[in-house]
This record gives sequence, C-alpha cells and structure tokens, in this order.
Amino acid sequence: MNATYFKDQFQQLQTENDTVHLAALRAGSFGTFDQKGFPTTKLEEWKYTNISSLFDKEYQISPFTDNPASLAAAIEEIQLPEHTNANVLYFVNGRYEPSLSIIRSTIEELQVMPLLQAASAGFQEIIDQHLGESSVYLKDGIHALNTSFITDAVFIHVAAGKELSHPVYIYHLADAQHQAILTQPRSLVYVSKRAKIQIAETFRTVGTMDSFSNAVMEVVVAQDAFLEYYKLQNDAAHTSQVSSTHIHQTGKSHVHTVTISLNGGLLRNNLNMILDAEGNETHLYGLSLLKGKTHVDNHTLIDNKHPNCFSNQLYKNIADDAATGVFSGRIIVQPDAQKTNAYQSNKNIILSDQATINAKPQLEIFADDVKCSHGCTVGQLDEEALFYLRARGISRELAEVLLLQAFATDIVEQVKIEPLRQHIDTLIQQHLSIQ
Amino acid sequence: MLSIKNIHANIDGKQILKGINLEIKAGEVHAIMGPNGSGKSTLSSVLAGREEYEVTEGEVKFLGKDLLSLPAEDRAREGLFLAFQYPVEIPGVSTTNFIKAAVNEKRKYLGQDPLDAVSFLKMMKEKMAMVEINQSLLSRSINEGFSGGEKKRNEVFQMAMLEPKLAILDETDSGLDIDALRIVANGINKLRSSDRAILLITHYQRLLDYIQPDFVHVLYKGKIVKSGTKELALELEERGYDFITEAADMANL
Ligand SMILES: Nc1ncnc2c1ncn2[C@@H]1O[C@H](COP(=O)(O)OP(=O)(O)OP(=O)(O)O)[C@@H](O)[C@H]1O
Ligand SMILES: [Mg+2]
Repeated sequence: MNATYFKDQFQQLQTENDTVHLAALRAGSFGTFDQKGFPTTKLEEWKYTNISSLFDKEYQISPFTDNPASLAAAIEEIQLPEHTNANVLYFVNGRYEPSLSIIRSTIEELQVMPLLQAASAGFQEIIDQHLGESSVYLKDGIHALNTSFITDAVFIHVAAGKELSHPVYIYHLADAQHQAILTQPRSLVYVSKRAKIQIAETFRTVGTMDSFSNAVMEVVVAQDAFLEYYKLQNDAAHTSQVSSTHIHQTGKSHVHTVTISLNGGLLRNNLNMILDAEGNETHLYGLSLLKGKTHVDNHTLIDNKHPNCFSNQLYKNIADDAATGVFSGRIIVQPDAQKTNAYQSNKNIILSDQATINAKPQLEIFADDVKCSHGCTVGQLDEEALFYLRARGISRELAEVLLLQAFATDIVEQVKIEPLRQHIDTLIQQHLSIQ
Repeated sequence: MLSIKNIHANIDGKQILKGINLEIKAGEVHAIMGPNGSGKSTLSSVLAGREEYEVTEGEVKFLGKDLLSLPAEDRAREGLFLAFQYPVEIPGVSTTNFIKAAVNEKRKYLGQDPLDAVSFLKMMKEKMAMVEINQSLLSRSINEGFSGGEKKRNEVFQMAMLEPKLAILDETDSGLDIDALRIVANGINKLRSSDRAILLITHYQRLLDYIQPDFVHVLYKGKIVKSGTKELALELEERGYDFITEAADMANL
C-alpha cells in the first residue's frame, strides 16, 4: 500500500469533534507512522512476524459497510454462549456500532459510549490521561496507525465498587465481501476502584476478500479492582491481525487474561501489563492450536515498577502442518520493584516437520531482591502414553486428540466464564479432531 | 486362542526374543516366569503391538487372525488385553472418560452402538465393586499420582471393563499389599471362563496360590526353556532358576 493513500485518508478524517488531546495524539501518531511505516522483520520485536508484506495489498481503511443486511447472519453467528446474559458490543469494520450493542448492566454500574461522547460526559480527564498511553511501549508504525485513525472508538467505564454480573462480550465483524479491508477497532476501558469486569472478545470476517484487523484496547485497572480478559481468535485463514491489549494497573489490583488462538492467517498479539502500584497481581495464559499456515505470535510485556508485584505466565502452542508459533515474553523489573515475583513458562508440542516454534524470553532485571523464572519446552506427543491408550482399543487419531486436549486443558480451565469455557472446549475438540 | 510360532524380535537392533513357541487354548491359564531381563515384558509388548519392537521371524495367530498384521488398537478391540508392568501416567485425561472411550471404540469396531450413559455407569459400578477400586481414583487423570498398587488395581479394573478374550497380566501382582493381591486375584478369577484365556507373568508363587495355572513356562534369554504344570512353579520357588538356566546355558554352548 502506498503512503499517499494513508496521507489522503488521514487528511480526510472528520476531526472537528476532537479534543485538544486527541488532535495532538492523532497528529503525533500519524507523524510516527509516516516516518516508520509498517514494521519489518529487521526490527527485533518483529523478527519472526512479517506483517509488512501483507500490506502489499490494497486494503480499504474501515469503510462503512455498504450492505448492512448482508451481515445479519454473521451478527448471529459470532455470538458467544449466553449472549443474552451479556453486555454485548459490536464493532463493524472497526467502528463501534451502538445500534447493535446491548447493555444489560445498569447505568450506575456500567457506561458504554462512543469515545468522543465520553469526553463531554465527564470522562475527559480519564481519556486525556490514558488514551494513547500504550504508545510509550508500542512504538512501531502499525500501532501509530491505529491511533492516527481513532474514529468510532468505544469508552467503557465500570463504576467504583460495582462488580458486573453480566460479562462484556465484544464482537468484531469485518465486511470483506467486496474489497480487502483494514479495520482498526479502538477501545478504552476504565475499571474503577473495587470494580470487577469480565471481558471477552472475538472476531469474524464475512466474505472472501482479505481482512486485516489492527485492534488496540487500553485498560486501566484501579485500586482493588478485578479484570478478567479473554480473547478468542477463530477467524478464516485469509484474515490477519495485530491485536494489542495494554493493561495499566494503577492501583493494587488483580488481572487475569487468557488468549486462545485457533484459526486465522497471521495473528500477532501484544499484551502489555504495566504493574504501576505495589502488590499488583497478574496472570497471563495463552493457547494456540496451529494448523495449515497459521502464524500466531504472542508478545507479552510485564513492567514491574513497584515492590511486591506478582506475575505468572503460561503460554502453550501446538503446531501442526506448516504453522508457526512465536512466544516472546519480556519482563522488566525496575530498580524500585524489589520482591518482584515473575514466573514465565512456554510449552510447545510440534506435530509436523514443517511446523516452527520460536520462543524468546527477555528478562531485564534492575532490582536485586527478586524471584524470576522462565522456562521453555518443545516436544512431541508422548509415545508411551499414545501406546497405552491404543492398547485399550483407542485409535491413534483419538489418542492424539485426547493427549492434545490434555495438554490444552490447564489453559482452558483458566476461562472463568463457565459457558464460554465449555464453548472453547468444544471448539478445541472440533479443531483437534479435523485431520 | 493364541498360537505363537517361532517368534524372534529385536529392539534397537538387539535381539531379545529368540524363537518363542506357545499355544494357549480357550479356558486355560498360563503362567510365564523367568529371571529379570529374560524377555517377558518384551513378549507381552510384541503381542500388544508396541511398534518399537521389530518381529524378524515367526507368526502369531489370535482367534484365527494374523495378530502381527493388526495395529495395537485393533488387537485390543479383537479382545486382547495387556495389563502393563509399568502403567503410564497421563495427566489431563480423566480415567473415566478414557475408559468410556475405550469401551465405545471397541463396540464401534464390533458394530455395536455406543453404551448410553446409564448402562455405562451401571457397568462401572459393578466392576468397581468387583475390584474394590475407589470412585475418587477414577475421577482423576489416568494413573497420575497413583501409588504403585493403585496403578495395578486400575489395570485390573480396565480389564474388567473391557472383558477381553485373552488377558496378559505383566507382573500385576508386584507392588500389591496382601489384601490388594487377594482382591486383584479374585477379580482375575472372575474373568476365568471356558471362552477366555489368561497369561500371567509373575515372579511369585503367591499369585499362583490364588490363580491356579494350567501351565507354567520359564522364559530365559528370549526362549521358553522349560514348560510344566503348576508344580513347576512350586519347584522354582524352592530351588530358584539355576537348575534350569544352567541346563539351558549348557545346551547352548
Ligand atoms: N531399547 C532397548 N535397547 C536394548 N535393550 C533393551 C531395550 N529395551 C529392553 N531391552 C532389554 O531387553 C531385555 C528384556 O527386557 P524385558 O523387559 O522383556 O525383561 P523382563 O523379562 O520383562 O524382565 P523383568 O522381570 O525385570 O520385568 C532386557 O535385557 C532389557 O535390558
Ligand atoms: Mg518385565
């Protein structure tokens, strides 16, 4: 894609409602994108994942869908179990779609609104302070591109002391029926003191043209708040993604995330945890079941800035066919962050000669009294176990599925929304059973 | 039922079985004894279909079929069961689900409908009572963290659930306490019938006190060097293997 296309699009943006902060953020970000372009594999953080070649295609940036009726089936198909018990938010082509969304929590508990509206609804301070803060960590051109084009973003606010009984499901639909499209969803979530929220996100592309989702979510988790965040990636093979989730724990709080990647083309997940208060706790789990040519790259970053923070990461990959799994886990322990406990583990099973696993732990420790550990294993299915199952009359295929499911189970168990966990379990079983 | 003719088998290029002959008829119980490392488990692995072993000579007929041409799972479905000397721990796979899958895979192979949940539970209860195995063990992952004796009991439970035609029990008595030995032996005895056969691999007479064998064989250096009736086991208990192995070594010089 040529640079003039983006420049033209950027100049045509409707910006009259921008706050001073957003205008500056946009301009600065577009400058960054203009200067850096799409990240290439020459950059250390993008060594294993080549997205720049994907942009040889002519994507349209977040067009409004020309035929909303054609999405009706997808609007149903994307629904997660117990959809009718959830707060559901739809994005269509990267734009938050209030008309499709349904908020079931009370307004005292949860407010969901277009970002631009939120500034005038009393949330300007929060937005000015936190919108765009992920750029401090994600400095590349693709991230800047999302920020440059913040339009129809969503703002989600959970009020202090409110524990939501309905989870928040975020559905991303992309209409690629007539043209290849680039969607750039953006959200800012604020979880106030002592509040609790469960968020699950998933993606679906309609049509056979390519789609690329460049999604950014920024989340602020205040003192004594609790966040669960689940991402389920199970879209078509011609769809790609850079999906960045930046979580800022501003007070002593608890975060629990699970990323499940099943189908797709090239998927890059950036997950940043900024532990910005003493005693923060964060858990990161990931499971990728890779087949065909699927490429999934999980990049995590944990920045321990204060004493007594705890983090635990467990990422697992099963790579078959010509698929690739990447795990890069960066842990920073700042000089003040004494008594940090940071654990990281990456476990992989390779099922084919053509499959690839790349793993890269990066520990940057500037404090002396810390406990950090990391480990990585790459192996095959256990032949002894396979034989044991087969010796009881179970076919090799089913035995493999049982062992792979067993490998996946300690990640799936981390999904605490029970119907969602069951749904994922079923998807995994189906995914593993198809030879 | 089982007819083994002149079986030779290698692992990693090393010859372990050097011409085994054995006929087992329906209704019979055979015991194989023999010093450590003589090839008893190798024989059971070859029969069960472990692919690491290469059979270089000989043939095995099981219920009229060429056993060695069948994959391990089909041997099991045809009615062959091996209770492992060292049962494998498989974290993350629940024992109950595993046994259910095994029972239904066999039924599918035999052209039967899968067992419904109620019938399966009923069968589980019945067999659990028979081998006195605790429900809590079965809800755990396969053999994970089981004690040695619990693993053996689980093998016998699986045997009871699968109702094999030929059960090969590889040192199922090792590691069992006195009560467990009696319970396990009872479980095995209940399986005895005129259309089934049992092959016991053991080092100890105590098991044979409970399960009286029709024939006893001594395996040594990959060959059956002596066969007899249950009195042979008693003689071995008294005299050890020397009198047999020395004779065999002499004959091989
Ligand atoms: N992979 C291998 N490579 C070489 N030798 C092997 C291999 N596996 C087994 N063996 C050898 O084969 C021989 C027979 O082993 P097997 O397990 O059949 O003995 P066994 O009669 O069952 O002994 P025990 O009474 O101790 O259970 C042993 O000497 C053993 O070391
Ligand atoms: Mg043995």
